[in-house]
Amino acid sequence: MTLSTRPKPLLDNWNKPFWAACAEGRLTLQRCKATGKCFFPPAPVSPFTGRPEWEWITASGCGTLWSFVVFHQSYFPGMRDELPYPVVMVKLDEGPYLLTNIEGLAPEDLKIGMRMAVRFLGGPEGFVLPQFGPEA
Amino acid sequence: MPPDTRPQSPAVHLPWPLRDKVAFVGIGTTRYGNFPETDSYGLGCEALNAALDDAGLTTAEIDGLIVNRIPSYERFAEMMGINPQFCLLTEAPGRFSGVSLALAAQAIVTGAAKTVALVYGNNGRSVRMLYGGGDSQWSPWGMTSPGAIHAMMWQRHMHDFGTKHGDLGEVSVAFRHHATLNPVAVMHGKPITLEEHATARPICEPLKLLDYCLINDGAVAWIMTSAERAKDLKRPPVLLSGYARQDCFAYGSAPADDYWYPTLSACRSVYDRAGFGRDDIQGLGIYDNFTPTVMFSLEGLGFCKQGESGEFVKGGTLRLGTGRWPTNTSGGHLSDSYMQGWGIIAECVRQLRGDCGERQIPNARAMQYICATHIAQSLILRRADA
Repeated sequence: MTLSTRPKPLLDNWNKPFWAACAEGRLTLQRCKATGKCFFPPAPVSPFTGRPEWEWITASGCGTLWSFVVFHQSYFPGMRDELPYPVVMVKLDEGPYLLTNIEGLAPEDLKIGMRMAVRFLGGPEGFVLPQFGPEA
Repeated sequence: MPPDTRPQSPAVHLPWPLRDKVAFVGIGTTRYGNFPETDSYGLGCEALNAALDDAGLTTAEIDGLIVNRIPSYERFAEMMGINPQFCLLTEAPGRFSGVSLALAAQAIVTGAAKTVALVYGNNGRSVRMLYGGGDSQWSPWGMTSPGAIHAMMWQRHMHDFGTKHGDLGEVSVAFRHHATLNPVAVMHGKPITLEEHATARPICEPLKLLDYCLINDGAVAWIMTSAERAKDLKRPPVLLSGYARQDCFAYGSAPADDYWYPTLSACRSVYDRAGFGRDDIQGLGIYDNFTPTVMFSLEGLGFCKQGESGEFVKGGTLRLGTGRWPTNTSGGHLSDSYMQGWGIIAECVRQLRGDCGERQIPNARAMQYICATHIAQSLILRRADA
């Protein structure tokens, strides 16, 4: 893996807590206080109400594989060595989707609907990128 | 995906207040290719002059201006010597071709402008525009580019409905066939087979090279005015009979997990707005940045049931001469050029005027355009004398 040469996340005031939690090995999500539903990417308000009434929760880190692709085209210099690389779309048990990568699985072993769980293995300087592998 | 209530059906205004009120009276397109000696301004001026000549108008008669993919409306208006009473620059994504069209129609009907020039210019090829890379929400995971978003959706579609990558080949091959009939298409003289589609270089699997559109330099201009004024102009007027749009921005910047099916289905109101149905339409223009959007469009607008687009397109359904639904007769984005819907709508107008030569749809009286994106849209154009 070459997570250290990955593009850095774009930080804003809303996603800083998400990335700080990842650095501690926790996957967090904002949860709407009125509806109890989670959302991602981080935002100033809940999309369910439009109101700034939400709280951070630690997510289960588990979900199912919704879909996946395999990149053959190079878009990021820091990922050239990983080509061809898969990107997976995981539907978290809490509802939101994450676009992420797989660890411990070859692309040909991916099956839509399979259970996945988060891994924290590293990232570009100052960050840990959530990756996903088979649920234990 | 966050807000779990998705739009199902927009208000249908019957009769649609804008039905047949506005007409296309001038169309201009440049060549498409690699033209480093000019830019989007130069190309836009060329297309607008062609459209003015086509309409028999001069810039003095243009009192509304919408520009797209040209950096400054102000500079463009200055260059062309246009001082309108209605002017704006619309957003870059291709969904804004249809949005711009609707804005122009509204301006004309409400009296904000009498005659609107809409000008699209793009020099993406000569400046080596890359639709991907850069910083974004998902770049740390290597997720980027519109093509990858469609690849993600098609992978899931295959899982949900049993469609195949090969089904997309029918789309590529049909549109390439049309390019062989269009002497100015970028891929003129280069027919392809289903086998070549299947074995092309993978870009973002499951999609391969021939599932992707062609980036080029070029420009397209349309001139629109009221149906009443259009009667006195040079070319046979083409009327905007219906337009329907439904947005959904609930996808959290991830691929649409519903193939835009609810919003595209909502756009079926276009038939009620136009006042006639699918049976009265002879051909289609479908926004084909990638082959899967054609499938999503056909399913969403109800040409076939959801999941059945693979079967529907088999055997040349979209192919001129053999199929009921000749689609993107210029070659479309896949085999003519990615002019972000502007060129496809221009082709619909040309079909309705009978300007299309070898690729003419016999007796074309009405054409439907469909765009599957977060701003789902469909519009129906018809000949004024049809």
